[in-house]
Amino acid sequence: MESAEQAQKNEAYLLALRDLLYQLADDELTLGHRDSEWLGLSPDIEGDVAFSSVAQDEVGHAVFYFELLHELGEKDPDRLAFARDLSERKNAVLLERENGDWAYSIARHFMYDVWDDLRLEALTESSYVPLAKGAIKIRREEYYHLLHMHSYFVRLGQAGKEAKKRLELAVKAIWKDIGGIFGFGVYEQKLVEFNIITKPAEELKQRWVKRMQQAFAEAQLTWPDSWEPVQYDGRRGEHSPELEQLLQTMSEVYRIDPTARW
Amino acid sequence: MEQRWWDALLDVKDPEIPTVSIVEMGMVYQIKQTGQCLEVEVMPTFMGCPALEIIRKQVEERLLEEEGVKEVHVRFITDPSWTSDRITPTGREKLKAFGIAPPPLSHDERIFPIPACPYCQAEDGVIENLFGPTACRAIYYCKRCQQPFEGMKRI
Repeated sequence: MESAEQAQKNEAYLLALRDLLYQLADDELTLGHRDSEWLGLSPDIEGDVAFSSVAQDEVGHAVFYFELLHELGEKDPDRLAFARDLSERKNAVLLERENGDWAYSIARHFMYDVWDDLRLEALTESSYVPLAKGAIKIRREEYYHLLHMHSYFVRLGQAGKEAKKRLELAVKAIWKDIGGIFGFGVYEQKLVEFNIITKPAEELKQRWVKRMQQAFAEAQLTWPDSWEPVQYDGRRGEHSPELEQLLQTMSEVYRIDPTARW
Repeated sequence: MEQRWWDALLDVKDPEIPTVSIVEMGMVYQIKQTGQCLEVEVMPTFMGCPALEIIRKQVEERLLEEEGVKEVHVRFITDPSWTSDRITPTGREKLKAFGIAPPPLSHDERIFPIPACPYCQAEDGVIENLFGPTACRAIYYCKRCQQPFEGMKRI
Protein backbone atom coordinates (compact mmCIF):
# COMPACT_ATOMS: atom_id res chain seq x y z
CA MET A 1 0.00 0.00 0.00
CA GLU A 2 1.86 3.00 -1.29
CA SER A 3 -0.63 5.67 -0.31
CA ALA A 4 -3.69 6.65 1.72
CA GLU A 5 -5.76 6.45 -1.44
CA GLN A 6 -4.90 2.78 -1.92
CA ALA A 7 -5.45 1.92 1.74
CA GLN A 8 -8.89 3.53 1.69
CA LYS A 9 -10.04 1.10 -0.98
CA ASN A 10 -9.68 -1.89 1.34
CA GLU A 11 -12.14 -1.58 4.22
CA ALA A 12 -10.67 -4.31 6.43
CA TYR A 13 -7.12 -3.03 5.92
CA LEU A 14 -8.18 0.53 6.67
CA LEU A 15 -9.96 -0.41 9.92
CA ALA A 16 -6.92 -2.24 11.27
CA LEU A 17 -4.45 0.42 10.15
CA ARG A 18 -6.46 3.26 11.68
CA ASP A 19 -6.73 1.49 15.01
CA LEU A 20 -2.97 0.95 15.18
CA LEU A 21 -2.25 4.57 14.22
CA TYR A 22 -4.47 5.74 17.08
CA GLN A 23 -2.54 3.54 19.50
CA LEU A 24 0.78 4.92 18.29
CA ALA A 25 -0.38 8.54 18.33
CA ASP A 26 -2.09 8.32 21.71
CA ASP A 27 0.88 6.58 23.33
CA GLU A 28 3.24 9.34 22.20
CA LEU A 29 0.88 12.22 22.93
CA THR A 30 -0.01 11.03 26.42
CA LEU A 31 3.54 10.31 27.49
CA GLY A 32 4.78 13.49 25.80
CA HIS A 33 2.33 15.48 27.88
CA ARG A 34 3.47 13.79 31.08
CA ASP A 35 7.10 14.54 30.12
CA SER A 36 6.28 18.20 29.67
CA GLU A 37 4.96 18.29 33.24
CA TRP A 38 8.54 17.86 34.48
CA LEU A 39 9.48 21.24 33.05
CA GLY A 40 11.13 23.27 35.79
CA LEU A 41 10.76 20.51 38.38
CA SER A 42 13.45 17.96 37.54
CA PRO A 43 16.11 17.23 40.16
CA ASP A 44 18.84 18.64 37.94
CA ILE A 45 19.08 20.98 34.96
CA GLU A 46 20.22 18.19 32.63
CA GLY A 47 17.15 16.13 33.42
CA ASP A 48 14.96 19.17 32.93
CA VAL A 49 16.41 20.01 29.52
CA ALA A 50 16.18 16.36 28.51
CA PHE A 51 12.51 15.95 29.43
CA SER A 52 11.64 19.11 27.51
CA SER A 53 13.34 17.82 24.36
CA VAL A 54 11.87 14.36 24.82
CA ALA A 55 8.37 15.83 25.27
CA GLN A 56 8.81 17.85 22.10
CA ASP A 57 9.91 14.76 20.17
CA GLU A 58 7.03 12.61 21.45
CA VAL A 59 4.40 15.21 20.63
CA GLY A 60 6.03 15.64 17.19
CA HIS A 61 5.71 11.91 16.60
CA ALA A 62 2.06 12.03 17.68
CA VAL A 63 1.47 14.80 15.13
CA PHE A 64 3.02 12.61 12.42
CA TYR A 65 0.66 9.72 13.23
CA PHE A 66 -2.33 12.06 13.44
CA GLU A 67 -1.43 13.43 10.03
CA LEU A 68 -1.38 9.92 8.60
CA LEU A 69 -4.86 9.44 10.10
CA HIS A 70 -6.02 12.71 8.60
CA GLU A 71 -4.85 11.55 5.16
CA LEU A 72 -6.95 8.44 5.72
CA GLY A 73 -10.08 10.52 6.18
CA GLU A 74 -10.04 11.23 9.93
CA LYS A 75 -10.37 14.74 11.38
CA ASP A 76 -7.50 17.21 11.49
CA PRO A 77 -4.61 16.58 13.92
CA ASP A 78 -5.63 19.25 16.46
CA ARG A 79 -9.12 17.82 16.78
CA LEU A 80 -7.78 14.30 17.08
CA ALA A 81 -5.40 15.39 19.81
CA PHE A 82 -7.69 17.66 21.82
CA ALA A 83 -11.30 16.85 21.04
CA ARG A 84 -11.65 13.08 21.26
CA ASP A 85 -13.51 11.45 24.14
CA LEU A 86 -11.81 9.32 26.74
CA SER A 87 -13.33 6.12 25.35
CA GLU A 88 -11.80 6.82 21.94
CA ARG A 89 -8.26 7.04 23.32
CA LYS A 90 -6.10 4.00 22.57
CA ASN A 91 -2.97 4.67 24.63
CA ALA A 92 -1.71 2.14 27.16
CA VAL A 93 -2.91 3.06 30.67
CA LEU A 94 0.65 3.00 32.02
CA LEU A 95 1.44 6.14 30.04
CA GLU A 96 -1.44 8.19 31.44
CA ARG A 97 -0.52 7.61 35.08
CA GLU A 98 0.59 10.66 37.01
CA ASN A 99 4.34 11.23 37.04
CA GLY A 100 4.82 10.23 40.66
CA ASP A 101 8.44 10.67 41.64
CA TRP A 102 11.54 10.85 39.45
CA ALA A 103 12.21 7.12 39.76
CA TYR A 104 8.72 6.24 38.54
CA SER A 105 8.94 8.65 35.59
CA ILE A 106 12.35 7.37 34.50
CA ALA A 107 11.51 3.69 34.93
CA ARG A 108 8.18 4.03 33.10
CA HIS A 109 9.77 5.94 30.26
CA PHE A 110 12.59 3.45 29.92
CA MET A 111 10.23 0.47 29.85
CA TYR A 112 8.02 2.12 27.29
CA ASP A 113 10.99 3.22 25.15
CA VAL A 114 12.26 -0.35 24.91
CA TRP A 115 8.79 -1.50 23.83
CA ASP A 116 8.50 1.40 21.39
CA ASP A 117 11.87 0.55 19.88
CA LEU A 118 10.82 -3.05 19.24
CA ARG A 119 7.44 -1.95 17.87
CA LEU A 120 9.04 0.65 15.57
CA GLU A 121 11.52 -1.91 14.30
CA ALA A 122 8.57 -4.13 13.36
CA LEU A 123 7.03 -1.18 11.51
CA THR A 124 10.05 -0.25 9.40
CA GLU A 125 8.94 -2.79 6.79
CA SER A 126 5.23 -2.20 7.17
CA SER A 127 3.05 -2.86 4.15
CA TYR A 128 1.77 0.69 4.63
CA VAL A 129 4.70 2.56 3.12
CA PRO A 130 4.08 6.03 4.64
CA LEU A 131 4.10 4.44 8.10
CA ALA A 132 7.26 2.44 7.36
CA LYS A 133 9.15 5.56 6.24
CA GLY A 134 8.06 7.51 9.31
CA ALA A 135 9.00 4.64 11.63
CA ILE A 136 12.57 4.67 10.32
CA LYS A 137 12.89 8.38 11.06
CA ILE A 138 11.18 8.22 14.45
CA ARG A 139 13.36 5.32 15.54
CA ARG A 140 16.50 7.37 14.89
CA GLU A 141 15.19 10.05 17.24
CA GLU A 142 13.97 7.61 19.88
CA TYR A 143 17.47 6.14 20.06
CA TYR A 144 18.53 9.14 22.17
CA HIS A 145 15.58 8.77 24.55
CA LEU A 146 16.48 5.16 25.04
CA LEU A 147 20.13 5.93 25.81
CA HIS A 148 19.15 8.65 28.26
CA MET A 149 16.48 6.69 30.13
CA HIS A 150 18.63 3.59 30.27
CA SER A 151 21.56 5.41 31.84
CA TYR A 152 19.35 7.07 34.49
CA PHE A 153 17.58 3.79 35.24
CA VAL A 154 20.86 1.98 35.82
CA ARG A 155 22.31 4.90 37.77
CA LEU A 156 19.36 5.05 40.17
CA GLY A 157 19.59 1.32 40.80
CA GLN A 158 23.34 1.27 41.29
CA ALA A 159 23.21 4.27 43.63
CA GLY A 160 21.58 2.06 46.28
CA LYS A 161 19.87 3.44 49.40
CA GLU A 162 16.91 5.76 48.80
CA ALA A 163 17.34 5.89 45.01
CA LYS A 164 17.19 2.13 44.75
CA LYS A 165 14.31 1.87 47.20
CA ARG A 166 12.29 4.35 45.17
CA LEU A 167 13.15 2.55 41.96
CA GLU A 168 11.93 -0.72 43.45
CA LEU A 169 8.66 0.93 44.47
CA ALA A 170 8.34 2.37 40.97
CA VAL A 171 8.79 -1.04 39.38
CA LYS A 172 6.11 -2.44 41.69
CA ALA A 173 3.66 0.26 40.66
CA ILE A 174 4.51 -0.08 36.96
CA TRP A 175 4.03 -3.83 37.12
CA LYS A 176 0.28 -3.30 37.73
CA ASP A 177 -0.06 -1.61 34.34
CA ILE A 178 2.77 -3.07 32.30
CA GLY A 179 0.68 -5.80 30.68
CA GLY A 180 -1.28 -3.06 28.91
CA ILE A 181 1.58 -1.80 26.73
CA PHE A 182 2.08 -5.10 24.89
CA GLY A 183 -0.45 -5.93 22.24
CA PHE A 184 -1.92 -4.15 19.26
CA GLY A 185 -5.58 -3.95 20.26
CA VAL A 186 -8.68 -5.58 18.81
CA TYR A 187 -7.29 -5.91 15.28
CA GLU A 188 -4.05 -7.54 16.37
CA GLN A 189 -4.40 -10.58 14.13
CA LYS A 190 -5.44 -8.58 11.08
CA LEU A 191 -2.55 -6.17 11.55
CA VAL A 192 -0.06 -9.01 11.38
CA GLU A 193 -1.94 -10.74 8.57
CA PHE A 194 -1.89 -7.58 6.47
CA ASN A 195 1.77 -7.11 7.36
CA ILE A 196 1.00 -3.61 8.65
CA ILE A 197 3.20 -4.65 11.55
CA THR A 198 5.60 -7.43 10.67
CA LYS A 199 5.97 -9.20 14.04
CA PRO A 200 3.31 -10.61 16.39
CA ALA A 201 2.96 -8.83 19.73
CA GLU A 202 3.86 -11.97 21.66
CA GLU A 203 7.25 -12.21 19.97
CA LEU A 204 8.02 -8.55 20.70
CA LYS A 205 6.96 -9.03 24.32
CA GLN A 206 9.41 -11.90 24.75
CA ARG A 207 12.20 -9.77 23.33
CA TRP A 208 11.18 -6.95 25.66
CA VAL A 209 11.45 -9.27 28.67
CA LYS A 210 14.94 -10.35 27.62
CA ARG A 211 16.20 -6.81 27.16
CA MET A 212 14.58 -5.65 30.36
CA GLN A 213 16.03 -8.50 32.40
CA GLN A 214 19.45 -7.41 31.23
CA ALA A 215 18.80 -3.84 32.33
CA PHE A 216 17.50 -5.03 35.72
CA ALA A 217 20.72 -6.96 36.22
CA GLU A 218 22.78 -3.87 35.34
CA ALA A 219 20.75 -1.79 37.78
CA GLN A 220 21.15 -4.51 40.43
CA LEU A 221 17.40 -4.98 40.72
CA THR A 222 15.61 -8.26 41.26
CA TRP A 223 13.38 -9.27 38.38
CA PRO A 224 9.81 -9.38 39.76
CA ASP A 225 7.34 -12.21 39.21
CA SER A 226 5.13 -12.09 36.15
CA TRP A 227 2.50 -9.39 36.07
CA GLU A 228 -1.26 -9.73 36.55
CA PRO A 229 -3.76 -8.86 33.79
CA VAL A 230 -4.50 -5.14 33.72
CA GLN A 231 -7.52 -3.47 35.31
CA TYR A 232 -8.16 -1.21 32.29
CA ASP A 233 -7.21 -2.09 28.72
CA GLY A 234 -6.27 1.22 27.12
CA ARG A 235 -6.03 -0.37 23.67
CA ARG A 236 -9.81 -0.91 23.90
CA GLY A 237 -10.52 2.58 25.14
CA GLU A 238 -10.68 1.73 28.87
CA HIS A 239 -8.92 4.32 31.01
CA SER A 240 -8.27 5.51 34.54
CA PRO A 241 -9.49 8.82 36.01
CA GLU A 242 -5.90 10.02 35.62
CA LEU A 243 -6.39 10.26 31.85
CA GLU A 244 -9.58 12.22 32.33
CA GLN A 245 -7.68 14.75 34.40
CA LEU A 246 -4.81 14.85 31.88
CA LEU A 247 -7.16 15.49 28.95
CA GLN A 248 -8.90 18.27 30.82
CA THR A 249 -5.60 20.02 31.46
CA MET A 250 -4.24 19.39 27.98
CA SER A 251 -7.33 20.61 26.13
CA GLU A 252 -8.20 23.49 28.45
CA VAL A 253 -7.00 26.21 26.06
CA TYR A 254 -8.30 24.41 22.98
CA ARG A 255 -11.82 24.20 24.45
CA ILE A 256 -12.03 27.96 25.00
CA ASP A 257 -12.40 28.38 21.25
CA PRO A 258 -12.09 25.22 19.14
CA THR A 259 -12.34 27.21 15.91
CA ALA A 260 -9.43 29.53 16.74
CA ARG A 261 -6.49 29.49 14.34
CA TRP A 262 -3.06 29.37 15.96
CA MET B 1 16.36 28.21 -14.16
CA GLU B 2 16.10 25.92 -11.18
CA GLN B 3 19.48 26.99 -9.73
CA ARG B 4 17.96 30.41 -9.17
CA TRP B 5 15.45 28.96 -6.66
CA TRP B 6 18.20 27.10 -4.83
CA ASP B 7 20.31 30.26 -4.61
CA ALA B 8 17.33 32.19 -3.28
CA LEU B 9 16.82 29.63 -0.54
CA LEU B 10 20.38 30.26 0.69
CA ASP B 11 18.76 33.33 2.26
CA VAL B 12 16.41 31.21 4.37
CA LYS B 13 18.25 30.39 7.57
CA ASP B 14 17.53 27.75 10.14
CA PRO B 15 15.71 29.89 12.76
CA GLU B 16 17.60 28.18 15.56
CA ILE B 17 21.03 28.46 13.89
CA PRO B 18 20.90 31.84 12.15
CA THR B 19 24.17 31.46 10.21
CA VAL B 20 23.25 28.27 8.34
CA SER B 21 20.71 28.15 5.51
CA ILE B 22 18.20 25.36 5.07
CA VAL B 23 20.00 24.44 1.83
CA GLU B 24 23.31 24.05 3.66
CA MET B 25 21.51 22.01 6.32
CA GLY B 26 20.50 19.66 3.52
CA MET B 27 16.83 20.14 4.31
CA VAL B 28 15.64 21.02 0.81
CA TYR B 29 14.97 17.85 -1.17
CA GLN B 30 13.64 19.17 -4.45
CA ILE B 31 11.95 22.11 -6.08
CA LYS B 32 9.33 21.36 -8.70
CA GLN B 33 8.07 23.96 -11.09
CA THR B 34 4.71 23.95 -12.86
CA GLY B 35 4.27 27.17 -14.78
CA GLN B 36 4.46 29.96 -12.23
CA CYS B 37 3.96 27.66 -9.29
CA LEU B 38 6.76 26.15 -7.22
CA GLU B 39 6.50 23.15 -4.95
CA VAL B 40 9.34 22.88 -2.44
CA GLU B 41 9.88 19.59 -0.62
CA VAL B 42 11.55 20.11 2.74
CA MET B 43 12.83 17.39 5.07
CA PRO B 44 12.47 18.25 8.77
CA THR B 45 15.59 17.55 10.83
CA PHE B 46 13.50 16.36 13.78
CA MET B 47 9.81 15.54 13.49
CA GLY B 48 8.78 17.71 16.40
CA CYS B 49 10.86 20.69 15.30
CA PRO B 50 8.90 23.81 16.29
CA ALA B 51 10.69 25.89 13.65
CA LEU B 52 8.93 24.21 10.73
CA GLU B 53 6.10 26.70 10.35
CA ILE B 54 8.57 29.59 10.42
CA ILE B 55 10.63 27.87 7.74
CA ARG B 56 7.52 27.32 5.62
CA LYS B 57 6.63 30.98 5.80
CA GLN B 58 10.15 32.18 5.02
CA VAL B 59 10.53 29.86 2.03
CA GLU B 60 7.24 31.09 0.61
CA GLU B 61 8.08 34.75 1.18
CA ARG B 62 11.57 34.46 -0.27
CA LEU B 63 10.57 32.61 -3.43
CA LEU B 64 7.61 34.90 -4.08
CA GLU B 65 10.16 37.73 -4.41
CA GLU B 66 11.57 35.99 -7.50
CA GLU B 67 10.39 37.16 -10.85
CA GLY B 68 7.77 34.97 -12.46
CA VAL B 69 6.77 33.15 -9.28
CA LYS B 70 3.09 33.46 -8.41
CA GLU B 71 2.55 30.59 -6.02
CA VAL B 72 4.76 28.61 -3.62
CA HIS B 73 3.82 25.45 -1.76
CA VAL B 74 6.04 23.94 0.90
CA ARG B 75 5.60 20.27 1.65
CA PHE B 76 7.32 18.59 4.60
CA ILE B 77 8.33 15.06 3.72
CA THR B 78 9.68 12.06 5.62
CA ASP B 79 10.42 10.01 2.51
CA PRO B 80 13.30 10.24 2.01
CA SER B 81 14.07 11.42 5.50
CA TRP B 82 16.73 13.88 6.56
CA THR B 83 19.93 12.51 8.01
CA SER B 84 22.76 14.53 9.49
CA ASP B 85 25.01 13.35 6.63
CA ARG B 86 23.04 15.68 4.37
CA ILE B 87 24.59 18.80 5.90
CA THR B 88 26.89 20.21 3.20
CA PRO B 89 30.64 20.79 3.81
CA THR B 90 29.95 24.56 3.89
CA GLY B 91 27.12 23.92 6.34
CA ARG B 92 29.45 21.94 8.61
CA GLU B 93 32.00 24.77 8.58
CA LYS B 94 29.34 27.36 9.38
CA LEU B 95 28.01 25.28 12.26
CA LYS B 96 31.49 25.16 13.72
CA ALA B 97 31.91 28.91 13.30
CA PHE B 98 28.64 29.36 15.22
CA GLY B 99 30.05 27.25 18.06
CA ILE B 100 28.17 24.03 17.31
CA ALA B 101 30.19 20.92 16.54
CA PRO B 102 28.93 19.31 13.31
CA PRO B 103 27.48 15.81 13.76
CA PRO B 104 29.74 12.77 13.40
CA LEU B 105 29.33 11.18 9.95
CA SER B 106 27.48 7.89 9.68
CA HIS B 107 30.56 5.99 8.51
CA ASP B 108 32.27 6.79 11.84
CA GLU B 109 32.40 3.31 13.39
CA ARG B 110 32.57 4.38 17.04
CA ILE B 111 29.33 3.68 18.91
CA PHE B 112 29.00 7.14 20.35
CA PRO B 113 31.58 9.45 18.78
CA ILE B 114 32.27 12.68 20.64
CA PRO B 115 32.86 15.48 18.11
CA ALA B 116 35.91 17.73 18.27
CA CYS B 117 35.53 20.94 20.27
CA PRO B 118 34.42 23.70 17.87
CA TYR B 119 36.56 26.24 19.76
CA CYS B 120 39.94 24.54 20.26
CA GLN B 121 39.53 21.45 18.00
CA ALA B 122 40.61 19.14 20.85
CA GLU B 123 39.25 15.62 20.62
CA ASP B 124 38.94 14.82 24.30
CA GLY B 125 35.44 16.00 25.03
CA VAL B 126 32.90 14.16 27.16
CA ILE B 127 29.13 13.98 26.89
CA GLU B 128 27.42 16.31 29.34
CA ASN B 129 23.82 15.85 28.26
CA LEU B 130 22.30 13.98 25.33
CA PHE B 131 19.78 16.81 25.10
CA GLY B 132 20.38 20.49 24.62
CA PRO B 133 18.63 23.76 23.82
CA THR B 134 16.96 22.24 20.74
CA ALA B 135 15.92 18.70 19.87
CA CYS B 136 18.77 18.32 17.38
CA ARG B 137 21.62 19.24 19.74
CA ALA B 138 23.54 17.63 22.59
CA ILE B 139 25.87 19.25 25.13
CA TYR B 140 29.50 18.22 25.54
CA TYR B 141 32.35 19.40 27.71
CA CYS B 142 35.84 20.04 26.36
CA LYS B 143 38.48 18.91 28.82
CA ARG B 144 41.19 20.91 27.11
CA CYS B 145 39.69 24.39 26.92
CA GLN B 146 37.42 23.58 29.85
CA GLN B 147 34.15 24.81 28.51
CA PRO B 148 30.90 23.24 27.46
CA PHE B 149 29.99 23.16 23.80
CA GLU B 150 27.00 22.12 21.76
CA GLY B 151 27.03 19.52 19.02
CA MET B 152 24.46 18.43 16.49
CA LYS B 153 23.26 14.91 16.99
CA ARG B 154 24.05 12.26 14.45
CA ILE B 155 20.74 11.06 13.12
